[in-house]
Amino acid sequence: MSKPLIREVPPTSWYFRHPRYLRYMAREITSLFIGAYCVFLVFAMHSLAAGPSSYEAFLLTLRSPASIAFHVLALVAALYHAATWFNATQKAMPIQLGEEFVPGNLISGAHYLAWAVLSIAILFLAGVF
Amino acid sequence: MKERLVQLEVLRYNPDTDTTAHFQRYEVSCPEEGVVLDALNKIKETIDPTLNYRWSCHMAVCGSCGMMINGEPKLSCHAFLREYDGVIRVEPLAHFPVERDLVTAPDDFIEKLKRVKPYLIPKAPKPISEGEYLQTPAQLKKYHRFTLCINCMLCYAACPEYGLTPKFIGPAAISLAHRYNLDSRDGGRDARQEVIASKEGVWECTFVGACSEVCPVHVDPASALQQVKIASSIDWIKEHLLPGGGK
Repeated sequence: MSKPLIREVPPTSWYFRHPRYLRYMAREITSLFIGAYCVFLVFAMHSLAAGPSSYEAFLLTLRSPASIAFHVLALVAALYHAATWFNATQKAMPIQLGEEFVPGNLISGAHYLAWAVLSIAILFLAGVF
Repeated sequence: MKERLVQLEVLRYNPDTDTTAHFQRYEVSCPEEGVVLDALNKIKETIDPTLNYRWSCHMAVCGSCGMMINGEPKLSCHAFLREYDGVIRVEPLAHFPVERDLVTAPDDFIEKLKRVKPYLIPKAPKPISEGEYLQTPAQLKKYHRFTLCINCMLCYAACPEYGLTPKFIGPAAISLAHRYNLDSRDGGRDARQEVIASKEGVWECTFVGACSEVCPVHVDPASALQQVKIASSIDWIKEHLLPGGGK
């Protein structure tokens, strides 16, 4: 009657077992905000296409406290998502030059640099500067 | 030699008499610089000879003594008592069937290792008279990190994907497949890709990264798996989007 014991993994609460799993879930949940912001942008384009009065009304709703809170949350989520992604690039894309591997910090750093340059370029095109 | 009093709460399971596991608490005196394995050995020698666990080398080389120590997959010979306060909870490796006390059944892992063909498959037959396969230091370094695996299975115990989806081939086996795929002397990548680029293979990985955090020899399986994902994606693009299948 010798029978191995199977210790089941709780399918809906496994991520409470260790802080590293919570950090992982935090990264996953950021995608909800990214997705929600994409939907928001579709609405923005829709109101723009519907004419000036519709767009003015849309701009007014942007100033509501709920909209500002959503934007702050979406920004924090996007920054966390981007940072964890860039930090992971050195694992996914190691570069070997001759015998040695390029230090991981350089690979992640190059991504941060490209991020900064592209962000400045977009802000420039948007007329912020 | 300075001693310290250590309290351990050890998961006990006897397959002949128990239907569930229970914790048993022990208190032993161990050298200050001792490890959890020393405490278990002391318990077995002086308090409870029925306690079961695996170990062999006591120097983090053989990979036999992996267990959950305060919820973290660790080699018990590498878990220093001085790093723990209060009662130390010792459980068998997560995600594997428990045979008895801290002894788990590694059969699933061994089967998965076999499936990824973890050995050199030459590109073409070569008679011994033609001499050895030469390799530059750079070619060696390309895969060397992934040769260090000691098959301790800590990465499987840390991987929530493996716990939730046991068919997942898992971190160590895929890393080892990647090690041979990167080897300049090898020609067996196509055969391994059939296994590791499948749904049960690397695409089951969601990059939690826990495997690399717990690996006692710094193989960095998470890195290997992400590299396999990129290489497999490039294969797919070549096969489906380039004229002539990219050949």
